[in-house]
Amino acid sequence: MDSAVSNAKTERVAKADAADAVRVRRVRAADVPHVIDLDAHVTKIAKAAYWNDIFRRYGRQRLNERFFLVAEDGAQRSGSGVLGFIIGEIRAWEFGSTPCGWVFALSVEPRARLAGIGSALFAAISEEFKKAGVNKMRTMVARDSMLPLQFFRSEGMMAGPYLQLEKDLE
Amino acid sequence: MKLQISTRIAIFAVLELAAREGHQLSVADIGEKYDISSHHLAKVMNVLHRAGLVRSVRGAGGGYQFSGNARRTTLLDVVQLFEELTSAEPDSVADATPEGQALVQILSEIDDIARATLGSITIATMRKLVDRQEAAGIRTKVAKKSR
Ligand SMILES: CC(C)(COP(=O)(O)OP(=O)(O)OC[C@H]1O[C@@H](n2cnc3c(N)ncnc32)[C@H](O)[C@@H]1OP(=O)(O)O)[C@@H](O)C(=O)NCCC(=O)NCCS
Repeated sequence: MDSAVSNAKTERVAKADAADAVRVRRVRAADVPHVIDLDAHVTKIAKAAYWNDIFRRYGRQRLNERFFLVAEDGAQRSGSGVLGFIIGEIRAWEFGSTPCGWVFALSVEPRARLAGIGSALFAAISEEFKKAGVNKMRTMVARDSMLPLQFFRSEGMMAGPYLQLEKDLE
Repeated sequence: MKLQISTRIAIFAVLELAAREGHQLSVADIGEKYDISSHHLAKVMNVLHRAGLVRSVRGAGGGYQFSGNARRTTLLDVVQLFEELTSAEPDSVADATPEGQALVQILSEIDDIARATLGSITIATMRKLVDRQEAAGIRTKVAKKSR
């Protein structure tokens, strides 16, 4: 068999195994330190107060429309580590738009990337949004952030009907 | 946005070859489906070959194989081999005027969006979009005839 084909196949099998081994569930208080660590590791800025606040608002309240989900290694003891997280909520935007699922945070532990965890988190929050009754999911990404842009595109997201505008306030 | 003909041909060729990793297609196979002359296609394949995106297979039944990484190569990578995505005219007297600068500012907004769009779509993502079109019932006329 051609090596390119067999490599691609092995990669896919390995990825499927990893995705099967991942468990996605709602965040718990015990996960918050792991989320803070993961985020500090990725963004190089520790934001404990911010994450504690996000946990209070998105992990505790209005859970029928707010989703703070974490991914953990399914083979390990629950709560032993967070491999990634995704946060979103149902939002009704201005200008008469119908409510949609809005994703505003997504991060996967760098050592665990390219193993399908991001996809598993994306699929899980899509399911939650659908169960909550919305049929559209949106997010906003910096134009030069190619990694998340490529990720969201690979999940089938397309440009939406809004343009983001801004102005310097002098 | 309008892409040059060579750019479109290159994208189609890459999509065809990436759909059959490890297998080869001849210039004639690709040309037939998209109604492109073998001559034009051969020129485009040379550019893709030099960029390391395709490799040529010699001998009977020879042709080209995709040799890039479909999950890393983006549409922007292919487009930039054939055209520049910028509307600024170098050394233009008109562009140096305040009016010219205001226009350049607006046109670069468009360029930036075009670059972000093309750069965010990998060949693998494009293949998924193709599959969706097929699922929606879009079929290739030539392919239907020859089957
Ligand atoms: C974006 C991110 C969440 C992806 O997580 P992940 O677990 O590595 O993603 P997956 O393994 O599920 O990949 C799913 C698809 O995304 C795309 N993708 C992921 N990483 C990619 C990369 N480095 N280059 C190109 N495409 C990539 C691929 O199409 C991939 O599918 P494939 O492997 O079958 O080709 C992760 O890289 C990350 O946390 N990045 C930094 C944080 C960030 O920028 N977050 C978004 C802003 S809120």
